Amino acid sequence: MVKLSREIWATALILLALLLLPPLAYGLDQPFYVEVWSRIMIYALAASSLNLILGYGGMVSFGHAAYFGIGGYVVGILSFHSTEFLPLIGGWEGTTSAFISWPLAVIISGLIALVLGAISLRTSGVYFIMITLAFAQMVFYFFISLEAYGGDDGLMIARRNDFPPLNLADFFYGHVYLYYVVLVALFGFLYLKSRLIGSRFGMVLQGAKQNERRMASLGYPVYRYKLAAFVIAGAVCGFAGALWANHQTFISPDSMAWTKSGELMVMVILGGMGTLMGPVVGAAVLLTLEAVLASYTEHWAFFLGPILILVVLFARNGIWGWVVGRGREDGR
Amino acid sequence: MVLLFEQLLNGFQFGVTLFLMAAGLTLVFGIMGVINLAHGSLYMIGAYLAAVTINQTGSFLLGGLAGLAGAGAAGMAIEYVVIRRLYARDHLDQVLATFGLILCLNELHTILYGRTPLFAAIPSFLEGSVEIIPGVPYPVYRLAVIVVGILVAIGLYLLITRTRLGMLVRAGATHREMVGALGVDIRMLFTLVFGLGALLAGLAGFMAGPLLSVEVGMGERILILTFVTIVIGGIGSVRGALIGALLVGIVDTLGRAYIPATLRLFLPPVQADGIGAGLSSMAIYVLMAIILVWRPKGLVSAHG
Repeated sequence: MVKLSREIWATALILLALLLLPPLAYGLDQPFYVEVWSRIMIYALAASSLNLILGYGGMVSFGHAAYFGIGGYVVGILSFHSTEFLPLIGGWEGTTSAFISWPLAVIISGLIALVLGAISLRTSGVYFIMITLAFAQMVFYFFISLEAYGGDDGLMIARRNDFPPLNLADFFYGHVYLYYVVLVALFGFLYLKSRLIGSRFGMVLQGAKQNERRMASLGYPVYRYKLAAFVIAGAVCGFAGALWANHQTFISPDSMAWTKSGELMVMVILGGMGTLMGPVVGAAVLLTLEAVLASYTEHWAFFLGPILILVVLFARNGIWGWVVGRGREDGR
Repeated sequence: MVLLFEQLLNGFQFGVTLFLMAAGLTLVFGIMGVINLAHGSLYMIGAYLAAVTINQTGSFLLGGLAGLAGAGAAGMAIEYVVIRRLYARDHLDQVLATFGLILCLNELHTILYGRTPLFAAIPSFLEGSVEIIPGVPYPVYRLAVIVVGILVAIGLYLLITRTRLGMLVRAGATHREMVGALGVDIRMLFTLVFGLGALLAGLAGFMAGPLLSVEVGMGERILILTFVTIVIGGIGSVRGALIGALLVGIVDTLGRAYIPATLRLFLPPVQADGIGAGLSSMAIYVLMAIILVWRPKGLVSAHG
């Protein structure tokens, strides 16, 4: 318990700070911070889902943003049909209800993750990296060619989903409501993930990361375990995408560009791979860094690139590893 | 029939460009075990340097020289500064560090050349078209690209099977540590191979200049196709890269030419064009998926 205390303290502190952020932001008359942190938490959710397979399962998926985009497009397309009164399937004109479109976003991105994962997981190592990237590009080009839904330019979403009793589209407090929905989603998933990691399933997954052959000879159907994790990660990332579409009221193929997949990976590594809060910290740091650099120069990527290289070369345990690692030294 | 022949040649020409990229990438992976995302950036560097030189001096050959030399030098510099530190790391670190390189190099090119795409003119001695088969005129420039690609393929084959350097490359791909233990300066070898890969990428970029617009982001587009190519062909094998490249080039070109047209037979034109465009851009990925289900390690196994 002593070993963990530092991690638990830090987690609780972050949660408390995030809970108090909207009243503070409004109190200090800086309401845009609510939007900024909604954005960070949505990316944190996506990065956390990637962490499940990357950090715990050792699957270097370089196409994770595809599921983010798919989730977003499910919300966007359903809402588009609903507002334009266009039949989608069998006369159904879509919906703007969060309680239908969000679960659908989860299911559809999970199903696509099932198909793509089933093929990709037949390979491993560098093949896996390239194939996940290639499939993500396939999905990306597919949405670019969907002219009916804006193609290259993306799809405007008329208004945020109905989430009674909260009105996410409320002129004054919509952002705050959405912020808390995202907060609950993020920490809800983190809790579930911590339970999952500690379960038998999580043990097999981590065992497969260390030595797949050994797990197989212990009698575990490793492929199926990995595929299950891959599907969960894809489904949750789709959920993050659905939240993103609501946050932006816009979705475009850009949200699943391969650079986004790269950024998600960077968030996981930067914060700390295979740790619960690492991706959250990583998302916060990376997005803040981007924003700060962008406020100085439009060529921020020119400086971000070398920073990434330095992080990879010299700070392998990530920020969270550093926080918790020191705790372990102190507490022995 | 005439159209089919022309499209086949186009596919072949695209495949040749892909081969130049894939050969370099697969050599670097085969011998050093490094996955280098920045390979596409070397293609971009070659294309930009060539296009700028051609537009400044008006000399196509000088442009080619600049593109090749620039990409080769940039490749060696990148190897020396960044890649060298990644040999002992896992693939994840290599992916992230080279991802950082791409961000940096792309932005550098935006700063240097702006956001407007550049165009390089086809030189006068390669303008026009010839009839290889009576009644089928084909652009000379594209034909020249195919010839250069074939020559490079033959050259690489000879280099790898007939020379001392090639012997070391093959030995290095099989057992890196042993080659080092036998007293070969393995670092020098790595830098040379990386430079060679960069040179080929630069050549591909230089030749693509007059066919495509030279812009930031061109590197990633071809990089991902190159990945598909070497996954299909088998990572680490130059022969596999050749087969994969031609397959991807031809399937992609034929798909774009025929899928929308075929769909138009069954569907109203607007829908057919929309779905057709989607399907044809997905064709090579479907091809990759099918081949992987059949052979998870690609068509040509690198070691054996």
